[in-house]
Amino acid sequence: MSNAYTFPDNAAKTAGAAASAELPTEKMSLSMGPSHPSTHGVLRLQMEIDGETVVKADPVIGYLHRGDEKIAENMTYNQFVPYTDRLDYLAPLANNVAYALAVEQLAGLTVPPRCQAIRVISAELARISSHLMGLGAFGIDVGAWTIFLYTFTEREKLYRLFEELTGARFTNSYTRIGGVARDVPEGWTDRVNAFCDQFLPILDEVLGMLSRNKIFLDRTDGVGVISKEDAIAYGLTGPNLRGSGVPLDLRKDRPYSGYEQYDFDVPVGVKGDCYDRYAVRGEEMKQSVRIIKQAIARFPGGDWYAKDARKIFAPPKDKVLTSMEELINNFMIVTEGPQIPPGEAYFEAENPKGILGFYVVSKGGGVPWRLKIRSPSFCNLSILPKICAGALVADVVSILGSFDFVMGECDR
Amino acid sequence: MCDLICHIPPAVQDLLLSILKGFAVILVIFPIAGASSMAERKVSAWIQGRYGPNRAIVPWFAYVPFVGRFLQRLGVFNLMADGGKLLFKEDPLPGHVKKFYFMLAPLVGLVPAFTTVTVVPFGAYLDRAGQVVPLMLANVDVGILAIFAVASLGIYSMILAGWASNSKYPFLGSVRASAQLVSYELSLTLSVLPVFLWVNAPGTDATLSLARVVEFQSQPGLMGGMWFIFLMPVSALIFLVALFAETNRLPFDMIESEADLVGGFHTEYGSFKWSLFFVAEYSHMVVGSAVFVLLFFGGWNPLPWLPLATLTGWLHLQDWPVVVGALSVVIFLVKVLAMIFFFMWVRWTVPRFRYDQVMKIGWQKLLPLAIGNLLFYLLVIGAIHAF
Repeated sequence: MSNAYTFPDNAAKTAGAAASAELPTEKMSLSMGPSHPSTHGVLRLQMEIDGETVVKADPVIGYLHRGDEKIAENMTYNQFVPYTDRLDYLAPLANNVAYALAVEQLAGLTVPPRCQAIRVISAELARISSHLMGLGAFGIDVGAWTIFLYTFTEREKLYRLFEELTGARFTNSYTRIGGVARDVPEGWTDRVNAFCDQFLPILDEVLGMLSRNKIFLDRTDGVGVISKEDAIAYGLTGPNLRGSGVPLDLRKDRPYSGYEQYDFDVPVGVKGDCYDRYAVRGEEMKQSVRIIKQAIARFPGGDWYAKDARKIFAPPKDKVLTSMEELINNFMIVTEGPQIPPGEAYFEAENPKGILGFYVVSKGGGVPWRLKIRSPSFCNLSILPKICAGALVADVVSILGSFDFVMGECDR
Repeated sequence: MCDLICHIPPAVQDLLLSILKGFAVILVIFPIAGASSMAERKVSAWIQGRYGPNRAIVPWFAYVPFVGRFLQRLGVFNLMADGGKLLFKEDPLPGHVKKFYFMLAPLVGLVPAFTTVTVVPFGAYLDRAGQVVPLMLANVDVGILAIFAVASLGIYSMILAGWASNSKYPFLGSVRASAQLVSYELSLTLSVLPVFLWVNAPGTDATLSLARVVEFQSQPGLMGGMWFIFLMPVSALIFLVALFAETNRLPFDMIESEADLVGGFHTEYGSFKWSLFFVAEYSHMVVGSAVFVLLFFGGWNPLPWLPLATLTGWLHLQDWPVVVGALSVVIFLVKVLAMIFFFMWVRWTVPRFRYDQVMKIGWQKLLPLAIGNLLFYLLVIGAIHAF
């Protein structure tokens, strides 16, 4: 690669342009990111622009690569749970649940209904939290700052609920293989219900500020259109896929964790533009509230972890301190990890950003032999060069905002 | 005291008086520009359900009962802290910039912003004869033209900053600046023409002075006391929209739109040079609001159909010109501040247009509307004077 800059031959260009009756232009390369206000983290777009029009946009990723998959091979299954928090760090609970379900599938383990319900509620709360963030950031990208503060206020309430449930506001690390870290606190479900009740009117208010706003429509309607075929061909998932009109939602199509019991709709877009992706997210939050309310209404009693999986889920503390057998068992699980039989399993969950898949290979013992993560943001970003070409610089910002990606998950 | 003053030749006296007035105005406009930046933070906090700046306080001031804490909550001291910080922090000069022009740009921005203030009347008092005398630095005949001419020079600072920064985002910002400002200048000028046509009816002494427009809105009677906002709502609307574009406020802040251009023309700037751009921007906003109030909201007249002179009569203030003057300045400032609040309200409510949409609105919607509006009032004025 040569860095030498050759001066354009302007005279020849002008002469050529005069012949074609067009103004001579010159392309400029513009590096958007990795530290740019609207690339949401450390995405870098290497763009070639002609005036304000983007001719070419190449996403450059990897600025947040931490080697999560390799790290997983060096620790027990439960020790990897905190690392899943840091994939899509806007919805850690959903990642925790997806990871736990993947390992449990390999172990052939089913958790009791109460545990499933807890996981559903926490995953749906995480979905709301993630979509709120996506909506707020989208607002900032199109210039509506106030939206961000409104949604952040709601997220703060969610964080309080998360803190109460898991002990952490941000990186929750809530699930364990075969269950969750602890049962829901007393009265927590009522507080979740109360949150849901007050959340819907506020959500309507926030969406009302954008949905029929002429400026917002100008910025998003017909911008960054992804056709149905393209969306499927590029492996898009989640709201970005549904925004293009493909009703793929694993909670409906391949139910897990008891999603089949709940009644909810899968919103889909019509055109596949930025506005549709925004609208799908808005509606999904309402559907999540529906799921949470149903789950709480029929919140099952009983065990909150798989009692029969004695070699996988550590026994409760009171038993550990009183019984020899349980103490040994606890020691073994903590030091050697949950004992997962040899084999391999692939599990996908419908996460806020799309389909998060874990491919786990075990050779027995408490440490995965190989763990592969299929991250939705990574696949979603692959379509950027296609839809950014021909857009304006400001459109790229709208498109990035409407994609709602997280680089922690993309680069992992 | 009188001896001293009386011995100075009158010409020098006038000069001294002008300089004093000039300082007075600068001393008013600078704090208002600064306070606007504070108000921006407070208003945005209010709109967004936050507290906004409410921590900073001068140490001994905390002990003043009530007032100290109240001013602290208002964030007044944050304003001082901000200014101090920007003044004293390191002033980086990136290696890749054209140094001379880079330093020149903020000053180029500031000069027109302050210069326009000179021809803006900001109050009035009644002299012994009961005549309303406007308070202004220079009552020049070209009034509004002077403002437009000088204010549009401010754009050179942005272009200069963008070029001198020698960096891509500022470059894009300055390209947008030059295009946008040119397109909206036209509508801005065309929108105020009907007002001056109305004021300068055929046969009268023609003037473009803003004081004259206010005078016109202070006459007794139904038509006399009517503010131009009622008479020419379309003009007012066009002027307002163009004003938003001219002062780079959201939804038209293409030039610095931080979502795509990082910081636009001031991306490479820091510390006090950066803040000078904002003083200039807020000064433009203050002057723009002032002109809008003068043209369409009756200037220093308290209410429509209630001129300042009438109010003075009611309050028996004829013998107190200073009080009347102060009262008029206060009324005027309240209106201007309300306008500035409106600017902020809009900024924190709506999203931002895209660059090509801004141009489209300017050329395809606003300009034809302004021309149509001008033609309409031409016909109306012609008809009134023909019959």
